[in-house]
Amino acid sequence: MPADIAFERIYVELYQQVLQYLMTGVTVGSIYAIIALGFVVIYNVTGIINFAQGEFVMLGAMIMVSLYKNQVPMVAAFVIAVLLTTIIGAALERLAIRPAKGASIVTLIIITIGASITIRGLGLITWGPNTSSLPAFSGDAPLVIGTASIVPQTLWVLVTTAILLIALYLFFERTLLGKAMRACAINMSAARLMGISPSVMAMVSFALSASLGAVGGVVMAPTTLATYDMGTMLALKGFVAAIIGGMSSTPGAVAGGLLVGVLESMGAGLISSGYKDAIAFVVLFLVLFVRPNGIFGGRDTSKGGL
Amino acid sequence: MAVSTTDMDRETEAGSALLDARSLRKDFGGIVAVDSFSFSVRPGQIVAIIGPNGAGKTTVFNLVTGVHPLTAGEIHFGGQRIDALKPYQIAEKGISRTFQNLQIFGNMTVVENVMVGRHSRSKVGILSGALSLPSSRSEEKRIYYAAMEMLDMVGLVSRAKQPASALPFGSQRLLELARALANEPKLLLLDEPAAGLASQETRNLERLIYRIRDGGVSILLVEHDMELVMGIADWVFVLDYGKLIAAGTPRDIQANEKVIAAYLGDETD
Amino acid sequence: MRHQNRIILSALFVVIGVLPFVFTSSYHISVMIFIGIHAMLAIGLCLLMGYAGQVSLGHAAFFGLGAYASGILTASYHVDPWLAMGLAAIFTGLVAFIIGKPLFRLKGNNLAMGTLGFGIIVYIMLVEMTDLTGGPSGLRGVPSLSIFGFTFDKDIKYFYLVWALALLFLILSLNIVNSRVGRALRSIHGSEIAAEMLGVDTNKYKIQILIVSAVYASVAGSLYAHYVTFLSPPPFGFKLSIEVLVMVVIGGLSSVYGAIFGAAATTLLSETLRGTVPKLLSGAGGEYEIVVFGVILMVVMIFMPTGLTSGTLNLVRRWRQEKALRVETREAEDGNAVTGVPRVPEGRTAIEDN
Repeated sequence: MPADIAFERIYVELYQQVLQYLMTGVTVGSIYAIIALGFVVIYNVTGIINFAQGEFVMLGAMIMVSLYKNQVPMVAAFVIAVLLTTIIGAALERLAIRPAKGASIVTLIIITIGASITIRGLGLITWGPNTSSLPAFSGDAPLVIGTASIVPQTLWVLVTTAILLIALYLFFERTLLGKAMRACAINMSAARLMGISPSVMAMVSFALSASLGAVGGVVMAPTTLATYDMGTMLALKGFVAAIIGGMSSTPGAVAGGLLVGVLESMGAGLISSGYKDAIAFVVLFLVLFVRPNGIFGGRDTSKGGL
Repeated sequence: MAVSTTDMDRETEAGSALLDARSLRKDFGGIVAVDSFSFSVRPGQIVAIIGPNGAGKTTVFNLVTGVHPLTAGEIHFGGQRIDALKPYQIAEKGISRTFQNLQIFGNMTVVENVMVGRHSRSKVGILSGALSLPSSRSEEKRIYYAAMEMLDMVGLVSRAKQPASALPFGSQRLLELARALANEPKLLLLDEPAAGLASQETRNLERLIYRIRDGGVSILLVEHDMELVMGIADWVFVLDYGKLIAAGTPRDIQANEKVIAAYLGDETD
Repeated sequence: MRHQNRIILSALFVVIGVLPFVFTSSYHISVMIFIGIHAMLAIGLCLLMGYAGQVSLGHAAFFGLGAYASGILTASYHVDPWLAMGLAAIFTGLVAFIIGKPLFRLKGNNLAMGTLGFGIIVYIMLVEMTDLTGGPSGLRGVPSLSIFGFTFDKDIKYFYLVWALALLFLILSLNIVNSRVGRALRSIHGSEIAAEMLGVDTNKYKIQILIVSAVYASVAGSLYAHYVTFLSPPPFGFKLSIEVLVMVVIGGLSSVYGAIFGAAATTLLSETLRGTVPKLLSGAGGEYEIVVFGVILMVVMIFMPTGLTSGTLNLVRRWRQEKALRVETREAEDGNAVTGVPRVPEGRTAIEDN
């Protein structure tokens, strides 16, 4: 009898643990999803993978933190952080992508990698190498749902992801600008004939993607510590999520983000936390080799080539 | 009428055909780009595939050269089945092609472009190359002279050492041709060779195609320039929406009502 | 061409042979040793990226595999260092072969991310497989190299050993580049589909050149391990992959010699920045120099997609041609010749099209 009880307790504990990992995974996964959306927006319009995507997240978080430290009210700090990052995103397209017009994919990859490193380094110079933290938006008292507890910030992250997804959908389906961007993605020369400027759309896509990243950075800042180099890993995982989602699908990107987040959190909790960062890449390799178009993707992700 | 006679022709001539494509089919997603299309090229023949835009002509080339796998059908070349082979293996068998959108190696000189064309007719590997063995150096020389010969044929010798990207458009087409010929093909696939050429250049091209044919190379041609096609082709296949709608001599085709309708439909689109 | 190569090579031999007598301080010699090690990495990536057009963002992984394979075999299992170096190279080459096949099914963006992922996985393994690698606390006791009782214990001896191998790799690479295989590699870069249609087995050559560059990196790693005699994961991280990328972008996108120049420039720049930046910015302890690398990558690729050195050479050539053209047209005008129609200089389209 006592053995049975002990066993049952282990079982319940395990169940609770898994539930907790799942919750953590979904939270982190939502952030990956937001970053993946940023990749998708730029890729759809320009065919470029922006390796500097993670730096937008870092900028959002770091600007928010430093404004907050200087007594700027939360809401104002949020707006300023997102706006500033958006402007930096647009500037990146203007200053680094536009002048290299017609460049090969290799060239564009190296340019965005250069941009990523530069922004990260400037972040280091501005904010130093130390981590900084942001208090949660609505306190730290956990809400208990059933057997699992949830921190309010988690809800913020989840709700933000949902709002962003809906907003993006409405933007692309309902607004003229959004439709114009989609037109560019489908057929650039046709779009040009219709009076849509692909180069303006490219800039808008970078700006939009930067603001997405910034929002992600702001809402995640309270859940982790913000540093100048937080962007690299986030970008890589967001990319993995985007690839799983098929690179051009917004719902796919969100599903991919959640999948990566959950697998990572489960793997870290149940197998080994040291290999946590490798999990996303193992998933990436599996997906790329088994289904190069992503699990949720339809159209060919490799532009050019054969 | 025309279709059925071709079918009969093929039945009787299949044995002597150099390229024999049987019931080719290619689906892209849900779209059928080529649908049960059969055709053949006999040794020494100039055969043209024509059709309105989007009829599936370039797709046929991509099927023959192994760029896209077939959805269904068989392709035989010189009596061997080639539809499961990789593009480079098909090139080794003796099929060369040019491209509608030029695929010049812009990062190389003109003569180097043609030297790549000798790839499957030479064999130095990475080790003997790295050690620069005498066999490697002598082979390099032979490749170079063979390439210069090809350039001479298309009249680009004086440009041999220039970067290929510096050539004017018409010369780049000729360069592609020289490069394809360097592979010593038995069958040469020309994808819209006259597109973008001035009329004088087209006439030169026509003469060149005859010379190539007289050198023992069969030619399969996709072309929009009807004057050129009707002038040089021995046999014409007409595709529309991936399906064969007519086949015959240029004279038959010009009189074929289905063909005229297909082309008129294309123009009113 | 071959003749010209011989002259440049002899000059390079002489310069490198003399350098340790000009810069005699142990600091300078150790910097030059690192340049030699980096040059091997850069030459490999130059073949892969500059010639075959395949991006790798995980080159540090091959370097790390070579270093740790040598380190573990010699320090933990007391294998002869030279044998270990060979085994490490075979092992790393094998890894390249195994990952190459699936990796090259990816193109462009995906290949870049795939190699980046590979680099990160290897790095994490170096940190986590503590039983084998010593993990974050490192692997101690890697012995020095010696041959027939001659020990490379002094920096100056090691300098000549490293550079002898670097120059050997340079010569092998020059030969490859100037052979049928090199042409095939460049054709893949120019147009993969056209290359394939001309009988080039593009996949085979990509994998072969990945293996070559992995073996170069592995030998460089072994040499590094026996030089510093202590291994820990940080030098084999993403930053090194980026540095090698910078080396190639500076010099090696279209020239193997350029890779050596790029390695020297990048290593010296890195050293200089490491020395000066903390003085300029008080309390700076991080990797500030990486900002400069980022800017170099962006600026060079935007304005000189063929690389800094060849881009500069092209500019000079173009300037000369334009000057010649001006003279030509002036002469034509002077002679009242009708045939003096200005010609577009050939170099120009070449640059713009690239």
